[in-house]
This record gives sequence, structure tokens and C-alpha cells, in this order.
Amino acid sequence: MDKIIIVVLALAIIAFIIWWFFGKHTAQEGTAEQQGNLQNATVVVNGGYNPSTIVLKQGLAGQITFHRKDPSSCLERVVFPDLGINDFLPQNQDHVIKIDTSQAKTFEYACGMNMYHGKVVVK
Amino acid sequence: MNIKNRFIFSLIVSFPMFIGMIIMPFGYELPGGMWTMFLLTTAVMVISGRQFLQSAWASFLNHHANMDTLVAIGTFTAYFYSIYAMLTHQPVFYESAAFVITFVLLGQVFEEKMKHAASGAVEKLLDLQAKDAEVIRDGQTLKIPLTEVNVGDIIRVKPGQKIAVDGVITEGSSTIDESMVTGESIPVAKKVGDTVIGATINNTGTFTFKAAKVGDDTLLAQIVELVKKAQTSHAPIQKIVDKIADIFVPIVIIIAILTFVTWYIVLSASFVQAMLFAVSVIIIACPCALGIATPTALMVGTGRSAKLGILIKNGEILEAVNSIKTVVFDKTGTITAGKPKVTDIIGDQQQVLEVAVNLEATSEHPLAAAILTKAQEVGIAVQGAQNFTALEGKGIQAQISNKQAFIGNQKLLADYQLDEATAAKMLELQNEAKTVVLVGFDGQIIGLIAVQDTPKKSSAAAITALKERGLRTVMLTGDNEHVAQAIADQVGIDEVLADVLPGDKAAKIKKLQQQAPIAFVGDGINDAPALTTANVGIAMGSGTDIAIESGGIVLVKNDLQDVVLALELSQKTFNRIKLNLFWAFIYNTLGIPVAAGLFAGIGLTLSPELAGIFMALSSISVVASSLLLNRVKLSHTA
Repeated sequence: MDKIIIVVLALAIIAFIIWWFFGKHTAQEGTAEQQGNLQNATVVVNGGYNPSTIVLKQGLAGQITFHRKDPSSCLERVVFPDLGINDFLPQNQDHVIKIDTSQAKTFEYACGMNMYHGKVVVK
Repeated sequence: MNIKNRFIFSLIVSFPMFIGMIIMPFGYELPGGMWTMFLLTTAVMVISGRQFLQSAWASFLNHHANMDTLVAIGTFTAYFYSIYAMLTHQPVFYESAAFVITFVLLGQVFEEKMKHAASGAVEKLLDLQAKDAEVIRDGQTLKIPLTEVNVGDIIRVKPGQKIAVDGVITEGSSTIDESMVTGESIPVAKKVGDTVIGATINNTGTFTFKAAKVGDDTLLAQIVELVKKAQTSHAPIQKIVDKIADIFVPIVIIIAILTFVTWYIVLSASFVQAMLFAVSVIIIACPCALGIATPTALMVGTGRSAKLGILIKNGEILEAVNSIKTVVFDKTGTITAGKPKVTDIIGDQQQVLEVAVNLEATSEHPLAAAILTKAQEVGIAVQGAQNFTALEGKGIQAQISNKQAFIGNQKLLADYQLDEATAAKMLELQNEAKTVVLVGFDGQIIGLIAVQDTPKKSSAAAITALKERGLRTVMLTGDNEHVAQAIADQVGIDEVLADVLPGDKAAKIKKLQQQAPIAFVGDGINDAPALTTANVGIAMGSGTDIAIESGGIVLVKNDLQDVVLALELSQKTFNRIKLNLFWAFIYNTLGIPVAAGLFAGIGLTLSPELAGIFMALSSISVVASSLLLNRVKLSHTA
């Protein structure tokens, strides 16, 4: 009897893992706050990037403020390959990255090991 | 608390348990028994292990899993099971949890140190900059910080001082050590009119120069920018890894659950035994090594090549170099020095030169420069000409003293006649690797000017080295067949494509590409379309004029040997990436089955502690392998 319960439990956990990690889950999309001639969006770094997609308006000077809460070394760097940025994010502090908004373009970014992803869409 | 302190804490606190493990076979026990172990392990879990749990949970909420997930699940499973076992008087496994945390942190401490060493190249480049400059303003010498130097400032440099920014010498002369920027170890002699590069060191003389580029426009700033971009870029090979890494951790957890079920239910092992196998699977499967295999090698490889004056733009280029079968060279300025000289004038020297110099006075063609220099030597002044029209692919024509004058290559012979003696002379000159220009006035050809551009000293050796690497070498030039072949024979080029119009170079590259992937080596100023068409565009620059945008690889020095070096470094770096990925994969594909107890039948198993050590070793060995790129021997260290 114990064994049947364990098998059922194991299968249930596996099913949950598949649904939770591989199923489709809608990602949040964030927009920037306008402050005078500047638009700023804050991304909280905690087990991922929240929100993982930021939309910026084209033509208005833009920046992303990263705030890392996560203690993991996995997320301690943020890399924008197109911009040549590979910055260290101090834990529990704000780190600002300027984004060139002169053209409509999508900038992908990732953590230092390229396991977490996010993007900034300029349009 | 940072990683290092967390590691030190867990090392100290778990040490008594290590002693306990050693003395256990002799029948001794730690004072306080399992209660001491409980307290020590709890301290390790709370102080050093908590952050794994925090990060794992935050990731979980985002539908993500990472290495922290694995460490957290593995260690906390062992920890909580041990509490249960302690209360029900069964054997405990506290030390497994504490040791794994300690080993994983040890791995992370090393990894952090080495990653720092790998990414240090850029910072070192920036450190090269001068801190201040002696600027002469209103007749006074002022010492001002680098950031306040403006374009047009006159700056004085004494022996031993660093040159602040890029510029042109206005007074004095010196020898300058440019090795930090160009990789060239021999100091270069410079005089009035020569360009100097910021961050290089003045050796012998005192001189003043006019600042031409400051701030982000200087060569050094551009190099730093390029290296930064290269280091953050991704090699295409990485894409597969990213896909695997995305699904890796959840899959591992599933494998661990299946391992547990198989051992406990199917093979009827004890609950503890089955759990330890599952925990070992989780601990050994950290995908760290996979994640850092490419970025660290890319960082070290591009950083090292930058120090040699070879700028590799990104990981894609690095990977593309490996498939190159043919190297195509532009002739002028690439194989040859690009500073042609007039060697012969056929016809009335005075008249021929006069017509030629008036037609070429405003041209930027390298041949024009040679003709202008010759005219200056002979003492002919430029009068000017009117109504310039280009003769497509042939030359130019214009009005001089109201009569039609023209200058151009032998394609003009389609429209004009050449007498027999001159035609013979022309062929003779061409066979001597001289470019012949036809000069005409008032409807007929009045003479020839022969111009010669000699190969650079290093060209022949570089071509030989490329051939030794099994590459086909091709020369592409607008010059005619005779001249091109003569130069090709001097340096040992396999194949010559002559008479190619500047606009057709890219098309020719495309044609050659149908046979095999191609690297094109050009001077980066005139050859931009060909450079971008080729699989790998290698732009050669000289001094501050490098056209950084046009090539996938930019050579700061104007030396063909660097082409060999660039290809070799790219290949070595890419091979290192492949090696790293291979080890990371092998490690996981072998490690997981062993940890799952697949070979338990032959006595081969992994305890969670051993799995922890292996996991730390795997990331350390990958970073170490990348760092070794700094020491890899190169066949040409110029």
C-alpha cells in the first residue's frame, strides 16, 4: 500500500514539474514611467527578471533600473550582447543601464550564464 | 554575507563532522552524538545554505529552475530527512548536507576568482590611458586631466610620458612604444606630420602634437568598446547549450524522482539508500560547467588577441573562421605597402607628368599620390583642369588649356592606339610588376607612367604560413594580369584575379564563396563591401585610421603576419570552447548514471558528498581550461 502511494505521489510530482516548468505561462510586460525627458523602467531581479519584457518609447531617452534581490551568483551579472554591456548588479541596490532608443529595436539580455532571459523593446 | 564568507563559515562549522566521520570506524563519536551534528548542520544550512533556498524559490515562482534549485533540493532533502530519522532513531545524514554546501561554495569561490581573471583584459586596457596631459594654451603650459583635453589642443610630451590622446605631431620627433595598442614590440620613429596614438609611451624625444581624437573617439576607446562587445557576444554553438540548459534542471529533478522510485519500489532498496541515490543525482548534475564553458573561453580568447593588436568582433566570427578554406587578399595596401612610387616615364617626361598631375591633383587614388610626389620632386606645379568626367573602369578625362586630356589604365586602348615601340615597353614594365598608366592629350596617347608598389616584407612569410595551414590563397586586384601575377609570384600567392573593378570585388567574393567559405583581407577603407560579403572580413588598419566597422576581425597593425595569428587564435579559442562543452557534457552524461546507481552492481556509486566535490571540480576545470588559452603557444608570436 505504501508503495502504491509513493508511486502515485512520484508521478504526480513529475506531472507537476512538467506543467510548471514546460507549460505555457504568460510573461509579464512592463512599460516605463516618464520623468521629464527620461523614461525609466524598473526590473526586479529575483529568480528571474520581473517584468521580463519592458517596452520603451522610441526617441525618448530611456533607462532600465535593475534591482537585484536574488542572492544567487547566477543572476549577479546582466549581459546586453548588442550593447557590449556586462555589468555586475550589486545585491539590494539599483543599477541603471542606459538604452539607446533612437531606433525601434529589440534588445535581448540575459544573466551571466545565459540562463535567464529578458528583453527591452523600443517602439 | 558574500560567497567567500559563507564558504569559510561552512568549512569551519562542518570540520568537526569531518573529524567525526574519520573517528567513527574506530568506534568513537562526536561528543553529543547526533544532537551535535544536528546543531552544526542547522548552522550551516541557515547561514551558508539559506541563500540557495531563497534563490531556488524565487526562480520557482518564475517557472525557472537553476543550479541553486538543485543544491537546495539535494541538501534540504538530506537535512530534513535526517531530522526525521533522528527523531525516529534511525541513521542520520547531516554531514552530507553540510559537506555538499561547503564543496559547492568552494567551487563558487574559485569560479568567481577565475571569472574575474578572465574578464580582466578590458579593465587592463583602460588602465593604459594617461591620467593627464600637458596642454599649451595661450602660450602657457597647463597640466589638465585627460577628460578636459579638447580636439585641436596642442599637447607637449616629454620622454617617458604617455601620450594622452590621438593626434598629429606638430613639432619635434621621437620614437614611440606602441606595443600596448598595436602589439608591435619595436618602437616606431615619428616626426612632424605623423600620427600618434593615445596611451602609447614616448621614448626618446620631446614633441608637441595636435589632438585629433579625444574621449570615446580615440583608438584605445574604440578597441575597448569592441573587445567589450566581443566578450559579451555569443557563439552560435552556444545556442544548443542554451536550449539544453533551459530544460536541464527540471529534467534532472524528474530523473532523481525516477531514481528514487526505481530503487525503492522496483529494486526494494531501503528508503535511505534510495533517497541517497536521488540526492546524488541532483547534486552532481549542476549545469554550471555548461553555462560557463563558452563565455569564459570567449573572454580569454578575445582578450588575449586584443593585446596582440587583433580585434575579433564576436563569437560568430570566431566560429566562422573554422570553416575557412580560402583566404582572398586585396593587393594594394594589403600585400603591398600601398605606397606606390613612380619608377619610369615613357615619352616626354615634362609633358607627360604635367598632364598627369593636373588630372590627378584632386584624386585620392594611391597611384595619384605617387604621381603627385614625383611631380613635386621634378618641380612641376599643378595648374588645374576643368570638366572632369570619369571614364567608367578606365580612368578620368578633363579639359587642360581647352584641350581634351585623359589618364587611365590599359582599357583605354579600346579607344586609342599605341605605337608598337611603346606597346612593347608597356608589356616589359608590366612584367616587372609595375602598374602602367596611360596619359593622353589632344586625342592621342603621349606617354606612359610606370608605378611600382612593392610587397611588404612580411607578406611572403605570411602567405607561406597560411599555405602550411592548408588554405588556398587568392589575390584580388584592379591591376592588370601582368602586374598582379608578378607580385603574386614574389609572395607565393596561388591564384590571381586581376582587372577587377572596385565595385565588382564583392561579386567576385560571392562567386568564390560558392566553392568554399572565404576570409577576405582588405585595408578596410576601400574594401568595405567585400569585407562584409566574405564569411570572415579581416580589415587591416594602420594607426588611427582603422575602419573598425567594416571587418569581423580588425588588425591594428598593418602586417600580414597578423592574419595568420588571427586565424590561429580564433581556431584555438573555438577549439577550447568545443573542448569545454565536450567535458561539461561528458561529465554530466557519465556523472548522472553513476550517481543514480546504475553501476552499483560493480560497486561504483557516488555519495552526495563526492557528487558535491565533482560538481565543484567540473566548473573549476572549465574555467581553468579557458584561462589556459592565455598560455597556449602560438606559432607566430611577432
